[in-house]
Amino acid sequence: MSQSLKQPNRLREGGRIDRARTLSFTFNGKRYQGHAGDTLASALLANGVDIVNRSFKYSRPRGIVAAGAEEPNALVQLGSTEAAQVPNVRATQQALFDGLTAQSTNGWPNVQRDVMSLVGKLGGRFMPPGFYYKTFMAPASMWMTYEKYIRKGAGLGRSPMERDPDSYDHLNQHCDLLVVGAGPAGLAAALTAARGGGRVILCDEQEEMGGSLLDSRELLDHQPAARWAEQVVTELAGLDNVTLLPRTTANGYHDHHFVTLHERCTEHLGETAPTVDGYRPTRSRMHRVRAGQVLLATGAHERPLVYAGNDVPGNLVAGAVSTYIRRYGVVPGEKLVLSVSNDHAYRAALDWDEAGREVVAIVDARRHPDGELVEQARARGIRIIEGSAVIEAKGDKRVSAARVATIDAEAFTVTGQAETLACDTIASSGGYSPVIHLASHTGARPTWNDEILGFVPSLVKGVHAAGSARGLHDLAEGLADGSAAAARALAALGLSAEAITLPQVDARREGTACALYQVPHEKPTLRAPKQFVDLQNDVTAAAIELATREGFESIEHVKRYTAMGFGTDQGKLGNINGMAIAARCLGKSIPEVGTTVFRPNYTPVTFGAIVGRHCRELFDPERYTALHQWHVEHGAEFEDVGQWKRPWYFPRTIDGKKESMDEAVARECLAVREKVGILDASTLGKIDIQGPDAREFLGRIYTNKWAKLAPGRARYGLMCKDDGMLMDDGTTSCLAENHFLMTTTTGGAAGVMEWLELWHQTEWPELDVTFTSVTDHWATMTVTGPEARKLLAEITDIDLDRDSFKFMDWREGRVADVPARVFRISFTGELAYEINVQANYAMHVWKTLFAHGEKYGLTPYGTETMHVLRAEKGFIIAGQDTDGSVTPEDLGMQWAVGYDKPNSWVGKRALSRSDTRRADRKQLVGLRPKDPKVVLEEGAQIVFDPDHAIPMPMVGHVTSSYYSPTLGSGFALAVVKGGQSRMGETVYLPMADGKTHAAEIVGTIFVDPKGERQNV
Amino acid sequence: MFLIYCPYCEEHREEEEFHPKGQAHIARPADPEACSDEQWGDYLFFRDNPRGIHHELWVHAVGCRKFFNITRNTVSYEILETYRMGEQPRFTAEYPEGKPAEAAAARAEEVERQEGVKA
Amino acid sequence: MSEQTASWYNLYDARPQAEVPAESPLAWSYQHSGRPSVGEKSRVVLRERALAGHLILRGGAIVLDEAVRQVLGVGLPGRPNTLTLDESGERSIQWLSPDEWLVIVPGGEEFALEKRLREALGDAHYAIVNASGGQTLIELSGDKARELLMKSTPYDVHPEAFPVGKGVTTVFAKANLILRRPTEERWELVLRRSFADYLYRWILDAGAEYAIGVEE
Repeated sequence: MSQSLKQPNRLREGGRIDRARTLSFTFNGKRYQGHAGDTLASALLANGVDIVNRSFKYSRPRGIVAAGAEEPNALVQLGSTEAAQVPNVRATQQALFDGLTAQSTNGWPNVQRDVMSLVGKLGGRFMPPGFYYKTFMAPASMWMTYEKYIRKGAGLGRSPMERDPDSYDHLNQHCDLLVVGAGPAGLAAALTAARGGGRVILCDEQEEMGGSLLDSRELLDHQPAARWAEQVVTELAGLDNVTLLPRTTANGYHDHHFVTLHERCTEHLGETAPTVDGYRPTRSRMHRVRAGQVLLATGAHERPLVYAGNDVPGNLVAGAVSTYIRRYGVVPGEKLVLSVSNDHAYRAALDWDEAGREVVAIVDARRHPDGELVEQARARGIRIIEGSAVIEAKGDKRVSAARVATIDAEAFTVTGQAETLACDTIASSGGYSPVIHLASHTGARPTWNDEILGFVPSLVKGVHAAGSARGLHDLAEGLADGSAAAARALAALGLSAEAITLPQVDARREGTACALYQVPHEKPTLRAPKQFVDLQNDVTAAAIELATREGFESIEHVKRYTAMGFGTDQGKLGNINGMAIAARCLGKSIPEVGTTVFRPNYTPVTFGAIVGRHCRELFDPERYTALHQWHVEHGAEFEDVGQWKRPWYFPRTIDGKKESMDEAVARECLAVREKVGILDASTLGKIDIQGPDAREFLGRIYTNKWAKLAPGRARYGLMCKDDGMLMDDGTTSCLAENHFLMTTTTGGAAGVMEWLELWHQTEWPELDVTFTSVTDHWATMTVTGPEARKLLAEITDIDLDRDSFKFMDWREGRVADVPARVFRISFTGELAYEINVQANYAMHVWKTLFAHGEKYGLTPYGTETMHVLRAEKGFIIAGQDTDGSVTPEDLGMQWAVGYDKPNSWVGKRALSRSDTRRADRKQLVGLRPKDPKVVLEEGAQIVFDPDHAIPMPMVGHVTSSYYSPTLGSGFALAVVKGGQSRMGETVYLPMADGKTHAAEIVGTIFVDPKGERQNV
Repeated sequence: MFLIYCPYCEEHREEEEFHPKGQAHIARPADPEACSDEQWGDYLFFRDNPRGIHHELWVHAVGCRKFFNITRNTVSYEILETYRMGEQPRFTAEYPEGKPAEAAAARAEEVERQEGVKA
Repeated sequence: MSEQTASWYNLYDARPQAEVPAESPLAWSYQHSGRPSVGEKSRVVLRERALAGHLILRGGAIVLDEAVRQVLGVGLPGRPNTLTLDESGERSIQWLSPDEWLVIVPGGEEFALEKRLREALGDAHYAIVNASGGQTLIELSGDKARELLMKSTPYDVHPEAFPVGKGVTTVFAKANLILRRPTEERWELVLRRSFADYLYRWILDAGAEYAIGVEE
């Protein structure tokens, strides 16, 4: 084995790794080896890799600090290929697999020699909090430029530039009880609930369930605690009512116990999911859990102490040292100095000592520590320095010594001479902060508990916390608490839980912890070497002090000004220390200062899991008509209309050359005006209305009259909101005395349906009428043009004689042997028949029309041609020519308003408000560009005087604009202030390119103003 | 994402199935023509925005398509009750714990049915 | 064909008498996305019951119940979210809302059924709408069918929450559908025509890991 492949910090035995399985991996271009069961972090430490990153702001070298989700430094970019890139992965949470390839997220050109560190060194004085705000804010237009360089320097990981080969998924879950965290409290809770028969989900973010039991020194039922955890997990796995989700992080707690869990299904197996049976399984999955009750057994994060130089690689939190030794068989150094405020952290020194490495000293801030672990350390002859703390770490790329001095924590002063202890590792513990992130996602403000020196979660109804998550750090207490909380949760649902026999724990006496956050230094904070609070965001104690001096007193403002707890860190290690420092500077207590709260997500979630399979061709529903296949086969270009795919135009290929859109549309328009065209109009909303009061209802919901519409007749109607503004339009036909068929715009269908129900259910429940959507049931084919009658006559038994089947009539009969309702409704201004058949038979009818249509020049046309033809006739499109601020009168459609109807139909009252009576309202008019070649831009603003000083008063805008092959010119519809009384006037349209178009205000009907062509 | 008890389907459904339709109990004036412009403007445009108990109109759009009302706390997002069109709320700003007489009567009937989600 | 002027409603047989080719809403999907064959490894099987008769009944439960019993021989499901089948299992009625039910019968029966119901209902307040062209019914079976549903709908499909005889309208992927469970082994999905292709593609994609097969 070559030198580089040795693992100098790996113990010969111990830990939960599989030494028989050696795995190779690459970090920053160098190859290393680890074992199955390692995390990337434990493997890096085993190999003696000190520097894993450069810091965000000062570009200082950083090493691994923690062993779990709270790790602030070891953020890496994973992936050996471009497509496999994953940014911002915590090395402490990434299981090692063979071939893993990782890069430091920060550091350019590399972490060992970093150009930006120069800025960091110089910047020590020059980059105070708010630096970016202060330096780069002006001029605002330059921010984009600054940002590019700041980001290049800072480095936040990068997204892959190639398509991700993996698939992701969502799974909707429901349960009685969701237990988050499978440590002692979580396991006891899950077992209690599961034996009671409730539907239980237990999730845990680690590779293995068991939490603190996996590296505990304690015995449960006289066997290692991890053994008990294994037994419980085995029992739970065998129960039908339990869903176990390891490698699954509860990332967000949303309303009404909706919790999102992110399961990393194959991320421990490879950088892309390994193929099984030719199928590539889901790489990661979002579980969308709707829980009856939720139990948070999320444990606690150990707080590091804040002392000078505490960011030099080799500074760790005490518990992480124990985890690396006991779980991974890795000792992350040779000589340890441990600085603590409590008993529990002593186990780091005991574990270190047992691993055969030197404990230089335990530095305890308390005057007379005397708990059991303290006595054990004393008994081993470990030096304990009382009433003291590490005030400064020395070293550059690795800790070389600790400066230790007696301190007065309350007075915040160093009281004695500092002693320098040579060491390469400093572990610290300032106590344990319950992990309250999920609880605070619910909006409940955490409360300070002086006994445990930490915030404990406030809980909304249905949420429970147990064990360390609410400050009960004692193992026996935590187990009992988990079980009791589960029983309470189930009782709240009316379910019973089964009492379980808790494992026996040997009682252990722990001494009282003392409050210590920032350690005093001989120099005042602002002049002392940097004391880091938030390692990920490079926030120092001095920065917080400076922020308070600059007047930021609210902790929320301090947080935003300094960036403490921002981003993917979410304040896991640093928040409480930061608040304690702010409290000290402001002369307040921590509860007085309060806490900031946390937001989802707890740890970063890959976009893949958020999106699930709602991507690519399944990104959004595509709605097809019954004729879709024909359109595809005939080369249609499609337009999105809402979720519908509608043929936009049908380009032909003539002599090997495909028509442009303009060419195709011109051809289609002329075909309709001169011969016959056909449109798939199936997307129009169709609502079947039945009941004795149907007619009355229509009279109230439409602006025009419906009292006398006879069976066999159709009528165009306008629908307004009660503010008098047009919302939709369409024709409604009388099928029988109490039976109508309403049509709506394609986009308005669902909205109109809900609108009708709203009025019926909330205002007029006494009306006996029902509405049923039949949009999908009927396929609608519009055959229109001078030859339409001749064509249709060939395949229908309906009498098409102009006198017996008039404009705005409808008839029943057969078309191509299929029962059909045919409506003489025209949206083109030409003779037109809208053929409605049950959609299952539409293709047959459509094809039969084409079989007979060739001799008449039957031409399929799309929505673009439909738009040109209707605009030439001045027919509006609700939502294009209107925008919710346009009344029927603004549209010049007084003829469709029944002012003398007996009821106060929807919209009527508003039409007599002074505002809707103004003469200078924007009114629909036609525009003819002075230059016939010009096609005005839709949305272009209109002015009366192009020479007016800027800003020119805008008096309207273009709503529809096309080139008309019939007119041989461009034309437009527009809304113009007082436009209906400005016929013949010239308006101007200044464009972004500096040109100004002139156009004449004309009527809205450009073709066949008398409407003779549709009445033939 | 709320979990909403539909009083017509008689079970809790995901918020995805519903559309919110604004403040509840906004009755259209019986005789709109008799309203002043100001009164009509009030009806059209002005809505309460209370901190605390609020009554809202929702529709079970993907479901039974029925409109109904929700009493919701706008601070905690707790849904105190859902009730059918034409019914009156039991929980109001005046009686945040429920109207005394009705509260007792309602408790007697299926509590679960009317209670909605408490979270 | 209807006697359109003579009555209060338009009774209309939309199904041709002649032999005319009919296309289910999934016709294009089968051609475009294919039909993976059913194999030994298929843990989900999809089958379409194409071109069935679908009627929407609107009205009061008591009035409709009597007519439905008389004509179909089964009662109207009165409880929310429930489903009743006739003995053959070929005809079903499902509660959709307090005044709305979905009847599904073998294709071709719908017009006669509507006619008989209308006769039975006489002057009562009700409505009947033929929706046969607007939707189709597919069945999912296999031991992973439930898990496939869990990927797709937020509705709880656990047997405790979704017993046999239940049916709901709910969200599925980014569309809606009717989901029902007529038997222990079988789920039924009623898809709207225009969304059918999207839903079919979704189901094939979500079912790929279960080697989903589509019966011809």
